[in-house]
Amino acid sequence: MPRLGVDVDCYLKTEALPTVWCPGCGNGTVVQALALALARLGRPPEEVAVVGGIGCSGRTPFYVRTHAMHTTHGRALAFATGLKLARPSLTVVVATGDGDLLAIGTNHFLHAARRNVDLTVLLFNNGIYGMTGGQMAPTTPEGGRTTTSLAGSAERPFDAVELAMAAGATYVARTTTFDMQELPLRIEEAIRHPGFALVEVITQCPTYFGRLNRIGEAPEMLLWERDHTEDLHGAGEGLALPALTTGVFRQERRTEYTEAYRALCAARGGRYGDE
Amino acid sequence: MALRLVMGNEAVAQGALAAGCDFFAGYPITPATEILEEMARLLPPRGGVFLQMEDELGAMAAVIGAAWGGARAMTATSGPGFTLMQEHIGYAAITQTPCVVVDAQRSGPSTGQPTLPSQGDVMQARFGTHGDRPALALTASSVRGAYDRTRLAFTLAERHRLPAVLLLDAVVSHMREPVDLPPPPPPARRTFAALPSGAPRFGPRAPFVPFGVGEPTVVTGLAHGPTGATGGGSGAFTADTLRAVGEALAADPDVAAAVEAYRTEDADLLLVAFGITARAAREAVDRLRREGTRAGLLDLGVLWPFPAAAVAQAAERARAVVVAELNLGQLTLAVEAAVAGRAPVYPLLRADGGLLEPEAISRFAQGAATGEARAAKEAMAGA
Repeated sequence: MPRLGVDVDCYLKTEALPTVWCPGCGNGTVVQALALALARLGRPPEEVAVVGGIGCSGRTPFYVRTHAMHTTHGRALAFATGLKLARPSLTVVVATGDGDLLAIGTNHFLHAARRNVDLTVLLFNNGIYGMTGGQMAPTTPEGGRTTTSLAGSAERPFDAVELAMAAGATYVARTTTFDMQELPLRIEEAIRHPGFALVEVITQCPTYFGRLNRIGEAPEMLLWERDHTEDLHGAGEGLALPALTTGVFRQERRTEYTEAYRALCAARGGRYGDE
Repeated sequence: MALRLVMGNEAVAQGALAAGCDFFAGYPITPATEILEEMARLLPPRGGVFLQMEDELGAMAAVIGAAWGGARAMTATSGPGFTLMQEHIGYAAITQTPCVVVDAQRSGPSTGQPTLPSQGDVMQARFGTHGDRPALALTASSVRGAYDRTRLAFTLAERHRLPAVLLLDAVVSHMREPVDLPPPPPPARRTFAALPSGAPRFGPRAPFVPFGVGEPTVVTGLAHGPTGATGGGSGAFTADTLRAVGEALAADPDVAAAVEAYRTEDADLLLVAFGITARAAREAVDRLRREGTRAGLLDLGVLWPFPAAAVAQAAERARAVVVAELNLGQLTLAVEAAVAGRAPVYPLLRADGGLLEPEAISRFAQGAATGEARAAKEAMAGA
């Protein structure tokens, strides 16, 4: 961790360490970046809630010193929507994986984006089901080897950025755990953004994805991330490999849902909100 | 006094407001939709939250999230939606989250007959989730009952920190009766006292303190300890908590008080029913009395925890017990266990979307009392 002049320990439950995550897993990098983003924003931990789903990334709530809810598979966004609507002054961050958000939870993902609820979604995308031992995910690349696609996946993967944009998300970004400087900046932007924000983080699962696809351990996987992504603005152009684009795809203002709801109540004489 | 013709589902919404409900999330489904529509109309002028979710899984999840945001939260659905909510009813149980779920039962299984009544969710309300948990299921057989039991559902959900279920049926939900309901109290901001540092957040006696009040809390559907954190790999704390909550619920006098006894003082023919069937059974009791049979009814305003003591006590004097229900014998199992051989139990069952009418109930009960039904039952047992 670079020394950046901010204290992140107040956001982290250091007594809960070590994590359940495998050596070399990228999830810790994302959690550290979240803590750094919260520290830079100066949000007091007791005014933040982190809501996780099920899967490796879903365990994030156990390692943060904010209010935290570890929910059910795929439904973290529905819990988070209820929580945010009931207590709009809370900063609500959703920690979810690609299986959690893009398979079992796709419905809630699309609708939360459509409503433009002020939630920040951190999508830990490792292209595989890690917690259950390496099965094919809706993000597994075509030809990707998993325990349920040993001959290579024959399915076309989902693109979370495209889905979020189509559904109406107002902040959409993609980055990687290789991009250690950019990652906390994106999370910070997403939290500051008043509306539904998605930060897709391409992260390494050396235990399953790395081994099954013969990429190697964590260092090789990070280099793989570097070599398989190119910046929206052209950096990295000319790569021989098929690349995922990173960067900020959308950042626009549209009426946020709790604001819209406050106006709806006011028009009927009601006072909504917890301030 | 201002009598007004009110629909059962409207009474549920009024009862919820009277209980201080300030958050509703739901999904349209017959025959519960009017509750959703009423809450959409009533909550915004009070500054409360109405949220129409993308499905019932999401509705129940939003209700739990809102409860942890400090709201008095509820949802309403029917059989197919109730099935989808089961995973999160289990989550609410293990996380000790107070909330209310109304299930206006309709004929099933699956899409069944959406506009026709049923009482087929009795066991789903008890055992619908995986794993064991304390279950609270109240019922109502009148519009006034729907109002009162909705309020009671909130009271018990908060007192015992659990998801409370109110089982209605298509007829009680949609029928209108003249009732005098007080206007809802003005909306009031709920206040919570922060817990001292390190105080238990979970356990049978731990108070419910939502997010945003005091030190951060962690909530999980995994087995956990008193702070909410997992650890030690033992499920003992969670199992002990759920058992203790169930015991406290079963011992709650407000639960026992939900059983309505009708003309049972000297009854030697005992009818047991709930919901719309209890309403018909009440009429059947009057008919039987007019014909000289000392019949009485237990209208079970609560099904879970099962009011076994009330049933056993009333069965003590009975020559025969008749259970009337719109399913193939779900409540009958619990009644048989409670009666425990004190008297023969005769189930009168129907599960085709039709009602059990007073005439059919009184005729069947008369047969049970005179031994015709008994002879038929014994013949079946011997066959």
